[in-house]
Amino acid sequence: MLAKGRSTGAEFSEIYVEDKRSTSAGLDDGKVEQVTSGRDRGAGIRVIAGDTTGFAHTSDLSERGLLAAAEAAAAAAKQGDGGVHTIALQPVFRHPVNTIVQFPDTVAKARKVELLQRADVAARGVHGAIVQVSAGYGDSIKQILIANSDGIFSADEQVRTLMRVSVIANGDAGMQTGYNSLGHTIGFEIFDENDVEELAIRAAQQAITKLQARPAPSGAMQVVIKQGSGGVLFHEACGHGLEADLVGKGSSVYRGKMGELVASPLVTVIDDGTMAGEWGAIGVDDEGHASQKNTLIENGILTDYMWDYIRARKEGRKQSGNGRRQSYADLPMVRMTNTFVTNGSENPDDIIRATDHGVYVAKLGGGQVDTASGDFVFGMVEAYLIENGEITEPLREGNLIGNGPQVLKDIDLMGNDFAMGGPGTCGKDGQGVPVGDGCPTLRVKSMTIGGTAA
Amino acid sequence: MSTTVDDLQAIADRVVAQAGAGEQIEAYVSRGGETAIRIYEGELEHFASAQSEGVGIRVIKDGRTGFAYAGTLDPAAIAEVLADARDNVSFGTPDEFAGLAIPDGVAQIPQKFWDEELAGYPTDQKIALTKELEKLTLGMDERVRVDEANYDDGWGEVAVATTTGIRESGRGNSCYVSVSTLADDEEETQTGFGFSVGDSPKEFNLHKAAREAAERATRLLGAIKPPSKRTTVILDPYVTSQFISILSSTLNGENVAKGRSFFAERMGDQVADPRFTLVDDPTNPLAYTATDIDGEGLAARRNVLIENGVLKKFVHSSYSARRMNTVSTGNATRGGFAGSPGVGCLAMQLVPGTHTQEELIASVDDGVLIQMVSGLHSGVNPVSGDFSTGASGMLISNGTIGAPVREFTIASTLQRMLLDIVSIGGDVDWLPSRAHGMSLVIRDVTMSGT
Repeated sequence: MLAKGRSTGAEFSEIYVEDKRSTSAGLDDGKVEQVTSGRDRGAGIRVIAGDTTGFAHTSDLSERGLLAAAEAAAAAAKQGDGGVHTIALQPVFRHPVNTIVQFPDTVAKARKVELLQRADVAARGVHGAIVQVSAGYGDSIKQILIANSDGIFSADEQVRTLMRVSVIANGDAGMQTGYNSLGHTIGFEIFDENDVEELAIRAAQQAITKLQARPAPSGAMQVVIKQGSGGVLFHEACGHGLEADLVGKGSSVYRGKMGELVASPLVTVIDDGTMAGEWGAIGVDDEGHASQKNTLIENGILTDYMWDYIRARKEGRKQSGNGRRQSYADLPMVRMTNTFVTNGSENPDDIIRATDHGVYVAKLGGGQVDTASGDFVFGMVEAYLIENGEITEPLREGNLIGNGPQVLKDIDLMGNDFAMGGPGTCGKDGQGVPVGDGCPTLRVKSMTIGGTAA
Repeated sequence: MSTTVDDLQAIADRVVAQAGAGEQIEAYVSRGGETAIRIYEGELEHFASAQSEGVGIRVIKDGRTGFAYAGTLDPAAIAEVLADARDNVSFGTPDEFAGLAIPDGVAQIPQKFWDEELAGYPTDQKIALTKELEKLTLGMDERVRVDEANYDDGWGEVAVATTTGIRESGRGNSCYVSVSTLADDEEETQTGFGFSVGDSPKEFNLHKAAREAAERATRLLGAIKPPSKRTTVILDPYVTSQFISILSSTLNGENVAKGRSFFAERMGDQVADPRFTLVDDPTNPLAYTATDIDGEGLAARRNVLIENGVLKKFVHSSYSARRMNTVSTGNATRGGFAGSPGVGCLAMQLVPGTHTQEELIASVDDGVLIQMVSGLHSGVNPVSGDFSTGASGMLISNGTIGAPVREFTIASTLQRMLLDIVSIGGDVDWLPSRAHGMSLVIRDVTMSGT
């Protein structure tokens, strides 16, 4: 296959084979609406000649189907000499990053459905104002196999188990929503270590709290970001901008800044695909290379970008285990895994006490960034006003906006309570991949809150 | 549909024929392919070409629903999918409203979805026109770089069959080009994009895509962060399209039935300015998401949702319609073979006004023209109605365009924004989206900057 891929004179060929089985179940409006079983299986073949990448994928895993795809990819990459190549494959042995105790496919569907019903009961039990609950369960087991013409041959088994709960509370000022999720790269044992009721209760409490929320303020002020989901800030403020493909095309505000102070000295940013159990943890990336722990910013100084194999190969350097793709039907790109900021020294309570007037963001939603200008937004799903060093009233939802390099420099207090946030999906160029984010409680001395109150 | 796809229909028919007593089965079978070309600095950066196929099977028995899918049409796999879907039935909660669509006699309105010229368009010409797009864009302004120039096309064939008598198949293809730009000025870089769609590459307007991509990036150079204040916004057609799309979930009959829409108890009320009339019309061939059938195989149709500001209708699938004791409006949605049907608007359109954007700008004393928004997924909550997005654009004072502005947000609530509409432009743009766009003027929106 690889030889066929290179048969037209290409310098690199690769095959990625995926076989994924998944189960999901959804409860809404008090009813288990549907249990779904899914099977996705196929191969993507990539051939590179010069600066051109040819790619073809097929769900036909017969030899005939694969050869046809390989020929298509090779033809796409280049018309060439038609030479014959022999490739010796060297297996990449990889100790598994995640330990799976109970593979989800060995668990009866009835037990999965029962989790949803427990979540529904727990959320509704929080308060009479909870008027609707939707809960979802999902698991997947993905086997991948990657071989390329440079001799890489590796495989990984990626197991994910997830649960999410959304609730609606209805009050005098209209409806409010609450959301909570739990996801790890482990099996069904996730529910031995985490309580479904607690997950649901927290979602319900969030919605109930927001019934009393006042409109968020408008304008620039101090912002305290809570540990955990606050890691999304760094995912947007600098994570994407440190992806080597964007840097290489000059579409990152962090291009040409290697070795420079790009953040407050309090900031150390790490991307770590080896973080056992976290949502972005992988044994090997989707180009067959072992995942790694990479320091991107150390004490404010930019130390490295994230790399996929192709871009690293071109630059004559080592990849960083960040070549990922959504599925066999997609080309790999530079992607984050688990991105987080390490602990500082402040007690989180002291950070709030030190803040006269600002906003405390207890839970972040998603975000979006323009990597070239550095401007980014993220949503506050649960937030409160800080007045005279104390958390006071809850706020309605909205986006915050800032400029990545400026916000990184404006971080003036870093807590000592590091935690990872919930499971995330990062979108880039139309592909979604699972990622984790994390941070300790921290303060940004000025960010713009996109509310409506004066 | 106008063109049948006999082999896929046969596969769907064979699945449905296996239904047992008291069992409803729906089989949705599809096959498709795509081409993706990317040009960078005059060279082919990547060329991806692929085909995929799959089947999704829904089984309903005693009010319980089960679903399974597989990304293959291998007969053994299809048998496994049917077995899985049947197994999954036993875990569902009985729901008296569960069921498949039943043919309702509404006639399909024929449209053209397949373009022979596109189907036979040579690859080297696709590459050549993408290179041409990059070149045209670079020629627009010396400060402009091209991040990527793309050509994408796709074709799809689908067949659906049910034990309730639905039996439909058809095929379609489409193509578009897009270009993303970077504009540099001293220490600053701003981004832009442009695109063009057509039934075939012959219909592309490369020049317009290039010009818009260059303008979007360069006009933001030197942009300042504006002060915070309440102001009037004019949404560009591209932004209006995104704004209208958000309303889909509030008009979704299933969300209404489940208490997830703030419009639930508002039928017949004045929910928007009297100038505002919103229809969902997938039978309009100008709409990018035009279709002749919905996700359950019923005929797509024109539905007036808000008329002169008065809430008139919610959109329904057969399931949500049964729950609400009404009939399907032909608005079942479907995300391919891997998903079971949902509910949603299919092709949203505002009845346009008569003014050009220039005339609308001239009518605003103090405001801002919003040309881009970001974070719609993170700062807009269609359940509560809270609306807050990142934005960039141009200040307007005394009816004329002023300084470019960026790194600010605009905020209000969806409920208020609908009532605060001041004017609707006549500058309709049929964007590649499920909602078209035109300029839309909304007053009393909070701009948050410095």
